[in-house]
Formats: sequence, C-alpha cells, structure tokens
Amino acid sequence: MHSLSSSSASLSSVPSHHPRHPPSVPLPTLRFCGLRPEALFPRPLSLYSSCSSPARRSARRLRSTVLVSASAGNGPPSKFDYDLVIIGAGVGGHGAALHAVEKGLKTAIIEGDVVGGTCVNRGCVPSKALLAVSGRMRELQSDHHLKSLGLQVAAAGYDRQGVADHANNLASKIRSNLTNSMKALGVDILTGVGTILGPQKVKYGKDNIITAKNIIIATGSVPFVPKGIEVDGKTVITSDHALKLEFVPDWIAIVGSGYIGLEFSDVYTALGSEVTFVEALDQLMPGFDPEIGKLAQRVLINPRNIDYHTGVFASKITPARDGKPVMIELIDAKTKEPKDTLEVDAALIATGRAPFTNGLGLENINVVTQRGFVPVDERMRVIDADGKLVPHVYCIGDANGKMMLAHAASAQGISVVEQVTGKDHILNHLSIPAACFTHPEISMVGLTEPQAKEKADKDGFTISVAKTSFKANTKALAENEGEGLAKMIYRPDNGEILGVHIFGLHAADLIHEASNAIALGTKIQDIKFAVHAHPTLSEVLDELFKSAKVNSPVSSPVSEPVGV
Amino acid sequence: MSRLLQTPFVPGTANTSLRRPTNSGSRTTRLSARPGGTRIHAKIREIFMPALSSTMTEGKIVSWVKSEGDKLSKGESVVVVESDKADMDVETFYDGYLAAIMVEEGGVAPVGSAIALLAESESEIADAKARASSSSTETPSSPSPAPAENAAPAPVPASPSPSPSPRPAASVMGSAVHPASEGGKRIVASPYAKKLAKELKVDLTSIAGSGPLGRIVAKDVEAAASALAVREVPGTPAASASSPHVPLGNVVPFTTMQGAVSKNMVESLKVPTFRVGYTITTDALDALYKKIKPKGVTMTALLAKATALALVKHPVINSSCRDGRSFTYNSSINIAVAVAMDGGLITPVLQDADKVDIYSLSRKWKELVDKARAKQLQPQEYNTGTFTLSNLGMFGVDRFDAILPPGTGAIMAVGASQPTVVATKDGRMGMKSQMQVNVTADHRVIYGADLAAFLQTLAQIIEDPKDLTF
Repeated sequence: MHSLSSSSASLSSVPSHHPRHPPSVPLPTLRFCGLRPEALFPRPLSLYSSCSSPARRSARRLRSTVLVSASAGNGPPSKFDYDLVIIGAGVGGHGAALHAVEKGLKTAIIEGDVVGGTCVNRGCVPSKALLAVSGRMRELQSDHHLKSLGLQVAAAGYDRQGVADHANNLASKIRSNLTNSMKALGVDILTGVGTILGPQKVKYGKDNIITAKNIIIATGSVPFVPKGIEVDGKTVITSDHALKLEFVPDWIAIVGSGYIGLEFSDVYTALGSEVTFVEALDQLMPGFDPEIGKLAQRVLINPRNIDYHTGVFASKITPARDGKPVMIELIDAKTKEPKDTLEVDAALIATGRAPFTNGLGLENINVVTQRGFVPVDERMRVIDADGKLVPHVYCIGDANGKMMLAHAASAQGISVVEQVTGKDHILNHLSIPAACFTHPEISMVGLTEPQAKEKADKDGFTISVAKTSFKANTKALAENEGEGLAKMIYRPDNGEILGVHIFGLHAADLIHEASNAIALGTKIQDIKFAVHAHPTLSEVLDELFKSAKVNSPVSSPVSEPVGV
Repeated sequence: MSRLLQTPFVPGTANTSLRRPTNSGSRTTRLSARPGGTRIHAKIREIFMPALSSTMTEGKIVSWVKSEGDKLSKGESVVVVESDKADMDVETFYDGYLAAIMVEEGGVAPVGSAIALLAESESEIADAKARASSSSTETPSSPSPAPAENAAPAPVPASPSPSPSPRPAASVMGSAVHPASEGGKRIVASPYAKKLAKELKVDLTSIAGSGPLGRIVAKDVEAAASALAVREVPGTPAASASSPHVPLGNVVPFTTMQGAVSKNMVESLKVPTFRVGYTITTDALDALYKKIKPKGVTMTALLAKATALALVKHPVINSSCRDGRSFTYNSSINIAVAVAMDGGLITPVLQDADKVDIYSLSRKWKELVDKARAKQLQPQEYNTGTFTLSNLGMFGVDRFDAILPPGTGAIMAVGASQPTVVATKDGRMGMKSQMQVNVTADHRVIYGADLAAFLQTLAQIIEDPKDLTF
C-alpha cells in the first residue's frame, strides 16, 4: 500500500524547456498601444470594483470562531513535535512544505511510496517526456510541413525502449530534485504510510507516532477504473502502465477523451498506433470550451488515425488472452442497450482519477469521505460528518477533488500555510490555468463561454468574446504553425477577464499572462497597455486584449485577490 | 478568364487583417465559378467546392447564407463551408443570382465539384434549375481536368501501389470473415482502414482483412482500392461487374485523359516493337524490402532504382528514336511508373532514379502518387520519362505485355513474384520466389541482344540487391 500525492496525470509543473527568444525587434514594426483613443478617453470612474463581497468577509470572520474540539479520551497534546505535518509528498505536499519552511514552521512530510507523487512519477512529468518525443516524431513525419520549410529528412523511426527510458529518467531526475530541495531546507521526510490517530496526532510507518500543530492531507489520487473493466497492466492499462511504454499496440482503444486520453492519443498516433476513443458523453473533449473542442477535434482527431464512439459506456473490458484480442463491450450511455463490441490490441482506461484516501484514519476525526473525497471548505479546512470544521486539519490536492491539477494542489498548500501562519487567504480557483500538452497544445483559465453565459444571465451582466488567430501571428507563421485560436470571454462593462482559452503552438506557456491577470484582478483596459516583444507568440494574447471592446476607463491596477 | 479560374480562391483575410472582429471566428474565402460544360449556356456558372486548405479533399456545407433566387454581388458571402480545418465564409467572384443549390446544408462534396449554379440574369434561373436537376442524377461532377493532361499519359494498364506481392488477387475480394466477428456479420476494421475506405470509396464488407485475427487494416483497403481502379481502366469497363457507375447500354464519350490515351495507343502502332522476357528470383529483394519498409521504402521505388542502375550500364535501352534516323541518348535516367487513376492512367516520373538514394526516391514516389490522385501533377512530372515500368503483380498477374509509349525506347511489364518450385544446380528441388518481367522495345534503336544483356544485368542487381541502398 502506498500513499500517493496530489495531481492529475496531465498537468505539468515543470518549467518549460522552450527557451524564450530574445526580443530582436526591428523598430518600425513596434506598435505603440498607448495611442489607442478609446483607452485614453476619460470616462467617469464607475462602480466596478472587484468581486470582493460581504459574504467573503463574513467567511473570514468565521475562521476566528473555530474552536479546538476535544475528542473524548484523546485530547490534543500541548507540545508538538512539528508545527506542520504533511501526509503525501507529491507536488501539493512539496509546495506546502517549501512555503512552510519559508514561514519558519518546523515541517515534516510523510510519504508511503516515492517522493513526487502521481505528477512526477506517473503523471505530468513522464507524460511530458513522451509528448516531447511525439511532437518531434510528428514534425519529422509531416512531409508537407517539412517541405514547406525546405527541409529534407530521411524516414524517421524510434526505439521504444529509448523513448521509455527518457520518460523514466526524467521522472527520476525530477524526483531527486524534489527530494533534495526539501532536504536542503530542513524538511523531515518520514517514510511510511501516514494515518491520523486523533486530533493533532499522526502515525507513520509501523508504529512511529508524532504530534503536529497542523496537519495537511495531500494523499492525491489513483486512476479511476469503472466497474466491469479488468485491468491486467499489459493489454488493459491505466496511465500508470502506459507511461512505462512497455509496448506500442497497432490499435488501442482509449476510454475517456479528457486531458489524459487526448495526450495519450497524441503519443500513440505519433508512434504509429491507431486509436479508437470511447466517450460516455455525446461529444469528444467534453471539458473544453465547445469552440476550442471543435477546433481541437479538427486538428487533433480528424486528420489522424483516430476514430471514436460517443455516447457509450465501456461496460465490460476483457484483456487479451488465449489468442483473443482485447474485447470491449459498448452500451448506450442513456438506454444501457448493447451497442457494439470492439476488438483491439490494447485499451487505456483514462476515465479520470479517484481520490486516494483509504487508510488515512479519517474515522478517528469523525470525517466521512464523499465518493472518497475529503470534504473541505474554501480554505481547505476539513469538514466532519456533522458539517463542522475539524480544527488543525486541512486537505489539499486531488484528495479534496476541488481541482485535480498538480499546481492547484501546490497553490492550495501555500494557501493553507498562509492561514496557519496567521494570514487569511483564499485561493481563487478561477485563476488557476490548465493545459493539455497535445500538438498543438490546449490551455485555459477561468470560465468557458457557456459557463460565462450562465453566470452572466444569473448575475445580470453581459459578456463579450474576443478572438484572435495564430494565423495572424508572425512567430507562429515563421514556425509554419498558424493553426490555432485564442479566445477571451470578458465583461465589456468593466473589462474583467472571465476566461481565456487557447489552442495553438505553445498554448500552455501562453496562458499565464491571462491567469495572472485574473489572479491579480487586472482589467483588460489596463493590461492592453503592456508591451510584448515582437515577434513572439505572446502577441497572440496582446492582440486578444487589444481586440476587446471595453466601455470602462483605464483604472489603476486592482490587486485584491478574489476567492471563489 | 481562364487564368482567373486557375487560381480561383483568394485565401482568407488571415494575413492582411491582424485583428479580427469580435465574435466572427470564421474566415472568408473567395468562391469562384467556372462556366459549365460546352452543352450549357456559358452564362450559367457552377459554383464549386473550394479547396480551403492544402490538405482538404472534401468540404461540408455548414449553411447557405443565401437562398435560391437571391441576387449576389461580387464579394458577398454565399455559403459557409467546413473544411478539415475551419468553418469559412465563402464569397462569390461574380454578380448574379443563386439559381440552384445542388448540395444541401449538411451535405459533403469533394473539392472541385459543383455545389450550386449561378445565373447571370434572372431569366436564366429556370434554365439553371433544370440543369441542376438533370445533373444531380448524373454522377457527381469531377474537378475540371487540368489542361496539361492533354499531353500524353503513358498508355499502359497500371496501378498505384505496385509491389510484386505474392498475394493472389482472389484473396482481396470476399467477405470480411473475422473469427470474432460472428461469422462476418460485423466488420472489424482499424480506424485508419475505415478512414481510407471512406476516402477511396471502398466498401469494407467486400474486403477480407489480413490484420491480426482477420482485422481489416489500411493496406487491405489500399489493395482493394487499386484493384477497383484497375477494373476501371479504359478498355475493360464491361468486364467490371463491381463497378456500379457504368451506364450499361449507353455510349459514353472519352474524358480528356482517356482521349489522350486513345491517341497515343494508335500512335504506338507506327513503332516496330518486339518483346523479350526474363524470370528473376526475388528472395533477396523481398528480404531487403521487408527490412527497409519501416523506413518508408516502397517496392515501386526499389524496382525503379534497380531498373535505373541497370540502365546506367546499358544506355541504349534508355535511348529513343525520334525521327526514324538516329539514336537520341537521354542524359538522365527518368523512370516513369504507370499508375491507374479513376477513369484513366498517368505515369508519374522518378527523375534521376539512378542518382537519388532509395529513401528520397520513396518519398518522391509517395509525393507523386498523392499529387496524381489530387490531379495536381505538373507536366514535367509525368511526361519526362525515358523508360517506363508497369506492374500488375499485386493482382496476381504473372506475366503481361505492355505497349510502348511513343517517344521512349522501352517499357517493362512486371508480373507478380510467386513462390516457385525450381531445380537447383546441384540437382535438388527448391522453392524460390520468382517474378517474370517482359520488356517491349523499339527495334529501330534497341536490338534483341541489347535487351537480353540489360535483363541479365537487372536480374543480377535484383538477385543481389545490396547496391540498391548504397
């Protein structure tokens, strides 16, 4: 048994390996955005402030009313071994530990498996290694693209073991980086499965008991396998196995077309597999903004060796054995009528992730999980079976299910450390970007267009949408990668950015200008004055901001963080 | 105007307007129309499916912005087309009236086929409507043949993916009997095979799969498609039972390409030709092919390369007789390879096949075949051949006879490589894969001994193929 740490399989917290190109700008091409008349036109200062609301302020007060509850017979100790104990050394736990040390807390982190959790060992990190390979293979295989650049390359091939080694080596390297960074800062790494014994008391390994002023649960998640599916780790696999790339099947079915499925389809098709998607909802890529999803389907699905079945469940999957292929029984998602049977060489189950919270001893603090997730409030404070806050216990990352992304877990961890060191903090989840590292990449932050419409109807404001194409971007055209779209959903009345969605070259690296703007409350009428080096892909966002029509004057930067 | 028609589409606004207006994600492109066929009044124009991207082969009509009877002015959006890349507003090049919509919303049409008719004046709308209803019962109109196709394509039966595969043709057709597919009731085909089948218009139920457990894979579809293509070669349409588009009992005029083939066939009768055959063992070639196939090498490229290397040693076989009085020794060795196409055939040329390495040659071949299918071959890409190859081996044909294309000295007909029981020199019996080749040559410049020596060299190269990959 092992304790995993937070993050879902597809999101990377690793810095980009793409070097930033120095701004070698020919002067005449610079545009001076300050000359835009609508931006300078003085208007009366209007009523729009950030969404800080009375409700939030009252919530803040709530915290001070939390009292130490005493479980009968197992009272809290008065002196503690640690200020903070984190259960789970994934990206979430690591982020919390580093920030805790910075804040002067005596910190320990408990890990029952390997440091790094899902992200580093079985998720974002090794998958990025495979996607780096698939990206290059795609370039080398695209005769059309190479020819238009004037390049000639003899037929490209790959060595499966070499590719697999690259992924494994990367994971080891990041794992040791993570371990070393914590050791260097004086975080105690305690090995063994962590269990909460009672208030402020934790057991790890066989019988080591420690006390802690505050506890963070950061045990993460494992691949979710729906019932009826038999995973043998060879022909019916989850992302855990797929990342080892033990074989490249001729034909693989991928159950689920979210991030994980989409990224693996990119890897497998680049390596020569044919792919069949099985998606329970009526359309592929259900989580994405519909317009981005449609474009992504045109680029990432239709021209590749991929077909798909939508609106169906894989009710039964049997691994290949006795000379028979992998059998997948499909039933209609609504009527449950049998629809089809697929016979393929392998099946990858990418139906999402389930929290890993068994054996944590939650019953000792009267906490009941909801479908495995630990219930928390907006400050990541754990809520017990009676709906009351459990003092000194927090849960971050995949285990609370708020937003199953590595960097979200880390941000939640930092938020918790801020709170336990005396500064109230609420993380604005709408400012957390997400990315899918296909070729080209997809990234997003905030609301999708339908979500924004719904919110606008409810709260009584209007929204507008601005779009720019990568085809208008010099750098993208130089790379011969003009395929792409960036769209922004915003409030024309006050210039608030509600959501940004990008599909195109290096979209994952481009989203942060938008996510930072949302996090800092920067308005479009202000950020449009910021200057971007030319020619860079970042000008895609520059164009996006400039094409927005905001009926509000330039304001001074608004910096109040907003919790959702 | 013909120049306009050659470049009918103005790409979208992408490069000219950096900032796109809010809320209009779709791009626009110009839609051209071409005058209808000769029988039709020239003032009614066909609006045809534009090629909105270099990879687009068909487009879907998302919506008609205008309806039948609407007046159009130049530059107005008429229709929204969904390509493989994006939805685009398509504009008209001409003033006039949208007379008849031939492909309804949601319908899919190949690039270059008519999707609507544009009448110049109101009075012609009725004519156009009548024409639309009559043409909709015909087969879908195909892209206008490039004028350059009047120049002679080579007159030999052929097929697009020549490989001397020992697989007999009989196995290509039949029902898909997949052991796990309930006795063939279900079709088990890989995603790429399905895509190809749609593209090449191959009926999956008529194919037997050669993949794991009888699954239909891409190469099965390709083989079936080339089998179909050969059946449709001019001269044999009546024999083709599976070709549904043959209007039995009618007289159908030649297309431009078929006319050119006919002209060349008659022309060839003026040349005194003779034939020499040879049997070549292909075990070593097959082994080499198997080894380098994953690197993208095709059998066609290997055969072209081997032929070119043999021609280096026998320049006379690469010569031709232009005036009846002299040898024209060609400076380059350009191997033309006959490819069957829908309703005809064409001979893409692998230029300098003796000098280009096998990998580049294979890539070049792939490019040529793609271009040929898209009818985009440039004249120098199909009429500069100095020696022609025609291969029917993939159908199990063991030997045949090719007609010499005018202007060249020789053509080689390649049959299937088949396992053959042979007596070896030490008096034993053995099994070897052998194929028969048969060269037709112009006896004014090439004599029997020349051909014999050439074939002997070719056999040596194929039986010891190490030089092919130098």
